Amino acid sequence: MLSNLGNLFITLTLLSSFLLIYYSAVGLKKNGSLIPEKIFRISKTQCLFTILSFFILLVAYIFSDFSLINVYENSHTTKPLLYKISGVWGNHEGSLLLWIVILVIFSLLFLNLNKLADKKFRLFTLIFQNILISGFLIFLITNSNPFSKLYPVPNEGMGLNPILQDPALAIHPPLLYLGFVGSSIYFSAALASLITKYNGSNFAKTIKFWVLTSWFFQTIGILAGSIWAYYELGWGGYWFWDPVENSSLMPWFLMTALIHSILILEKKNDIYLWVIILSILTFTMSVTGTFLVRSGILNSVHTFANDPSRGLYILIFLSIMIFSSLYIFYKYAPSKKSNFQFLSKEFFILINNWFMIFFLIVVLIGTLYPIVLEVISEQKISVGPPYYVIVMAPFLIPFLYFVSRGPQAQWFSAQSNNKKKNFLVLFFSVVIILVFFYFTKVKDVLINLILIFSIYLILQTILDFFRNIKKNYFNLSRIISHLAFGFLIFFISINSIFSTEYDLNLKNGEKIKLDNYEIELKDLNILNEKNYKKIVGNVIIRDQKKDTFEFLEPEIRVYNMPETVTYEASIKSNLFFDTYVTMSNLSGSEFYNLKFQRKPFMILIWLSIIFIGVGGFLRLLPMRQKK
Amino acid sequence: MLVRAAKKRIKILVATLSLLILIAIFSLVVLRDNILYFLSPTEIKNSENLNYSKKIRVGGMVKTGSVSINNNEINFIITDLSNEIFVTFKGTVPNLFSEGKGVVAEGKLKDKKFFIAKRILAKHDENYMPPSAEKILNKDVK
Repeated sequence: MLSNLGNLFITLTLLSSFLLIYYSAVGLKKNGSLIPEKIFRISKTQCLFTILSFFILLVAYIFSDFSLINVYENSHTTKPLLYKISGVWGNHEGSLLLWIVILVIFSLLFLNLNKLADKKFRLFTLIFQNILISGFLIFLITNSNPFSKLYPVPNEGMGLNPILQDPALAIHPPLLYLGFVGSSIYFSAALASLITKYNGSNFAKTIKFWVLTSWFFQTIGILAGSIWAYYELGWGGYWFWDPVENSSLMPWFLMTALIHSILILEKKNDIYLWVIILSILTFTMSVTGTFLVRSGILNSVHTFANDPSRGLYILIFLSIMIFSSLYIFYKYAPSKKSNFQFLSKEFFILINNWFMIFFLIVVLIGTLYPIVLEVISEQKISVGPPYYVIVMAPFLIPFLYFVSRGPQAQWFSAQSNNKKKNFLVLFFSVVIILVFFYFTKVKDVLINLILIFSIYLILQTILDFFRNIKKNYFNLSRIISHLAFGFLIFFISINSIFSTEYDLNLKNGEKIKLDNYEIELKDLNILNEKNYKKIVGNVIIRDQKKDTFEFLEPEIRVYNMPETVTYEASIKSNLFFDTYVTMSNLSGSEFYNLKFQRKPFMILIWLSIIFIGVGGFLRLLPMRQKK
Repeated sequence: MLVRAAKKRIKILVATLSLLILIAIFSLVVLRDNILYFLSPTEIKNSENLNYSKKIRVGGMVKTGSVSINNNEINFIITDLSNEIFVTFKGTVPNLFSEGKGVVAEGKLKDKKFFIAKRILAKHDENYMPPSAEKILNKDVK
């Protein structure tokens, strides 16, 4: 029953898409500056249909209706309610439906929020947006239908992979999708803008809201994924340069570039074509990311279950997208001269864009190279994390410098009267690091330079804040984001230098001495939970230098459906460091393997990323009020 | 005027291009040093020019009954169902590491039958199979 209803609603959504494309095309030919009421109504109905279809899938999950293959394969009656709900998007079909729901909602919002924009521009955007929606819907219906039926109906489902049963991972995909799919709006708007010549600062104002929104969600989404990896995968790392992670980072670079360059378009009506290119690239990169993740051609540690026909469809879809946007770009792109002043604010923003593109290319090469090599030589390789660090880290130094230099510059002109002050700040940063160096003796030149320049950025941004107070003109979102970025780089560097890690095998009741620590596995408790059994280890860590104790309780969980063992890390955090212990046991051996880590500033790393996002979010608020 | 503007543009173009080329060369050089080859036990057995000083990844399944553990290391056998390799590892294995399941180990070869792992990688998917083993299994079915 639910299956039929669900299929009905997605078919209706697809029909509304066709109707919207048709009526928008008709509306383009008519005179008058108003969009026909009919289009608004269809758009609302379409939105209602997709939300209903999603709601039906949700109900099927909550009430464990195993007549749907999708529910059977990914859910189980004993699963807690939260994970029944998050199970909806914990798999390919459901997440594709979520993707479409967001596409449709954004399409409706765009239509309603931009009443002041040109009519033709809005209609064309709607057409492109609905072409995208139909493309994904056809993919869903023909290849990945979450409403496919199963007969005979099984009594019990196969369950959701336990390591996906986690609050951070429950919200991670929706957040990332808001980012990925948010970029579809400015993709459509960019194409519409080329065709209708609705360009310049008006165009910039229209898409700015969407760029910021998608960027904000992308930032927070990446953070949620990273936090999850940190405490669930049990390695104590938070970023692995894994292809799947990379594919969420690459659109982020482009969005960040776009956030900055759109300011030039808004204030100075320049670099229009570059903004268009970035808008098109961002969504293309988002779909590429999805393609890489879902097609299974990536040799990734994440390895989702997947099948090649999906990849083929997305690849075809992607190619059509790229070639048609290239065609539209070359057919309609206006030729306009740029007028740039060396060392003006525009100049620094473009430098930011160059760096973003550089980071993007580095990550893209690292991600795609294994695939290309496998195709030409059948050799399977992966690219180690040091590649990314070695290539990108040196470039962080000039990048940090320019980030601190940019906000001081003026629009249009190259005036700068802060030379002396800049030098003082730099001098001060060097002194701080020298003092730091005296105590820690970190010999790596590169990391010391990065530390110097991250402090330089932090100090400069604080000075920027005081200048703002003097002028009584606040650019709080820039200050917060830049400051947080400076802190992020600083904390990550410190974290990478001072993290310590010990691996040891202990029997129940044993203790062992390592450097300054004494680690004891005091005893083990076995407890039964709703859908798993857990062994909790009582671990005592004694810091002999400071004479302090810490009690940690890492767990080994044995889930019953599907039968899986997971290791839950026990983490004690404070502002300065995390103490991190995971415990594992193999084939009932009497030895328990403990991994003990001290990781400085983890909380502050997360906070920095949150504040980077908060900066962007603040920019959204006044914009909404202005309208 | 025009000539000067054109010259300036060419200069900028040349500067940008050479910068890009430099970056590309730099990236590729670093990339070459950081590649990890992914091999199955069979590929290791058949390979003639193995580099024992370079890190590689070995993928396959953990042979059932092969895991043993003592005070400082874990030993097990990776199999792709036609060939096997002994693995020794000091450290913590990730979630989903268990006998009969897929595994990827990263480290260096001692010889063609013995592998010293520095890291064991997690697989998100409990149904994961190393591609080479999958091929062999599918062949058996046919």
